[in-house]
Amino acid sequence: MSHSHSFDKHYLEDGKGFKSWFFTHDHKRLGVMYLWAIGIFFVLAAIASFLIRFEHLSPGQTIVSAQTYNVLFTLHGAVMVFLFIVPGVAASFGNFLIPLMIGARDVIFPKLNLYSFWIYCAGSLILLLSLAAPVDTGWTFYTPYSIDTGTNVILVTFGVFVLGFSSILTGINFIVSMHKLRAPGLTWDRLPLFCWAAYATSLLQVLATPVVGITLLLLIGERYFGLGFFDPAKGGDPVLFQHFFWFYSHPAVYIMILPAMGIISEVIPVFSRKPIFGYKAIAYSSLAIALISFLVWGHHMFTSGQSKLINIIFSVITFAVAVPTAIKVFNWLWTMYKGSVELSTAMLYSLAFIFLFTIGGLTGLFLGALAADIHLHDTYFVVAHMHYVMIGGTVFGLFSAIHFWYPKMWGKMFDEFKAKIAFTLIFIGFNVVFFPQFILGTQGMPRRYFNYAPEFESLHQLSTYGTWILGVGFILMLYTLFKPVGVADSNPYRSVSLEWSMPSPPPTLNFEEIPTVTTSTYDYGTKVEQEA
Amino acid sequence: MQIMKFIKSLAYPSEMLPPIVEEESHFDPETEHSAAKLGMWLFLATELLLFGGLFAAYAIFRAKYPTMFAEGSASLDVVLGTVNTVILIFSSWTVAVAVSAIQENKIKLVQVMLWITIICAAIFGINKYFEYSYKLSNGITPGTDIFYSIYFAATGVHMLHVFIGMAVLGVILKKTYEGRYSKENFTAIEIGGLYWHLVDLIWIYLFPLLYLVG
Repeated sequence: MSHSHSFDKHYLEDGKGFKSWFFTHDHKRLGVMYLWAIGIFFVLAAIASFLIRFEHLSPGQTIVSAQTYNVLFTLHGAVMVFLFIVPGVAASFGNFLIPLMIGARDVIFPKLNLYSFWIYCAGSLILLLSLAAPVDTGWTFYTPYSIDTGTNVILVTFGVFVLGFSSILTGINFIVSMHKLRAPGLTWDRLPLFCWAAYATSLLQVLATPVVGITLLLLIGERYFGLGFFDPAKGGDPVLFQHFFWFYSHPAVYIMILPAMGIISEVIPVFSRKPIFGYKAIAYSSLAIALISFLVWGHHMFTSGQSKLINIIFSVITFAVAVPTAIKVFNWLWTMYKGSVELSTAMLYSLAFIFLFTIGGLTGLFLGALAADIHLHDTYFVVAHMHYVMIGGTVFGLFSAIHFWYPKMWGKMFDEFKAKIAFTLIFIGFNVVFFPQFILGTQGMPRRYFNYAPEFESLHQLSTYGTWILGVGFILMLYTLFKPVGVADSNPYRSVSLEWSMPSPPPTLNFEEIPTVTTSTYDYGTKVEQEA
Repeated sequence: MQIMKFIKSLAYPSEMLPPIVEEESHFDPETEHSAAKLGMWLFLATELLLFGGLFAAYAIFRAKYPTMFAEGSASLDVVLGTVNTVILIFSSWTVAVAVSAIQENKIKLVQVMLWITIICAAIFGINKYFEYSYKLSNGITPGTDIFYSIYFAATGVHMLHVFIGMAVLGVILKKTYEGRYSKENFTAIEIGGLYWHLVDLIWIYLFPLLYLVG
């Protein structure tokens, strides 16, 4: 095999123009394109959320009508969930990193990888086409409203169905790559923890997505052919839709968070200069989370009238998810203990992840407790809990990854000082937006409502002011990332992981010679590191 | 991959298409073969879960409305259903013969067997067409009751899989005439065959559950 031409140029230089990107098989280019795509959708959905918050500056109508408000929160939810956070870290950094981390030239099915990206683009376009008659059901498409509403439910659900294929094919690609392409010596107990997390994520993508696929097909059939699965008039059951929907969408929550946990496991040891504590515990806890996540979907329906016994079982299993999650958190903390911690931007985002995710996770337990959930169900408490996990967890994890692998991805360095100011604004802004929502929720403010009682006004206003701080933080972060300062060498953070052993940015085919791995991925503060 | 090329040619003017070069693979054939099989098995797992939703709905509603299911089932045409079951099981055998024939380089036999498989699939579709149109002409629609909702949804989604299977096997058949397969290179036939077995297997469950309860 002669691939010499592919090692002279790095992957960003190897081919110019639209065609060289849109038809590429290179996992790194696909990862970068996913990153761009999810970035654009993130901004779109964030703008919708800023408008939602602006609307809540005062009770009654502030800037938009009630119908527009319903459309905005549906748009925010559907785009954030299906276009941003589900593909999110897994498709972007998973694609970019997995082959580099396992010592392979690409994923095992490079063409299929490209098709997954195209399917993602097609699904996104279909979903966005629905904006012609924007959907007002919320991102969960609950029946019976989703069957009755005159808006474009078929188009949106079909878009999500198509996106599911992309998710499934990416998952299959990653799982098979990790089984078949690990470099010699890279045994499962040396595999980087990001790969373990991506493996667990991929399992969820492969096993959960088809169920939402059939659910959405049935919903389309219900509107189009008059199927009766979810229609009580025909003997069907709307709660069945919720069961089907959450059988996917609860595991999907872990599709969103697991890759971010993988990132934290990579960043913490590098900036603590210590081997990761409890490698096996972190690795297996990813699989445990994936497994348990299939058994807890019923906790979304505590107030839907399902049997008391089922409620108790789902509640107990929900508590069980906290165990593997806490195992990860304590192992990360222990990794830092007595390490020489360097507060780089990436590390700050990772530390914020641990702090915010812990709040998000613990408040999840309140909601998993049957008695408390009766009070808190469908209030702002749920909104706050979910955003602490999804932003405080996944988005902070993603930002950590964007900063940590920035030198590897782009071959350049960013301005650490500006990036840290941006981090500070984002961290403060985020808490100002969402912490008051916990209080609003306990006071009984229902989620999704257009209007609210006057006594909630001050907390709503505080939450809205927070979005402005958050917005400034995002803009400063983007500015910092788009204004690189200086060229990166191959390993500016002195990591011992495989992806840092090659030039920045990596050549198209990554490894001229497939490496042989002889040590753990986390040999910090040992002889190996001093040699490296 | 012919299908993809065709779709591409629809979507883009020809000058935008990248030159078709047989790309050198990064991986050795042994790895690729076992990887393709593992990938296909994972994909089959997703198919099982897709139908799993329908089977779960079936279980719930049958427990809730046993008489409705007994009556609905009795109204289905057991003879046509049985014929279709035999046809699919037979086609599973022919595709299995094709997979083992290619490993002995018997291309002619592969082609005959794939033709028979595809014809069986077509006959299955024609039977299903008569069944559907008979039901619809008697005023029975997917919205009549839950039993027919499940009947039309499950057999409809299955029918879709039969068509996809036909297309996949058709592309493979076409490529056998181009001399693309041999005993060293038969991964596509094998995973295409796996897919066809799954289509068959799901019908083997649907048939008794829909036609034979009562």
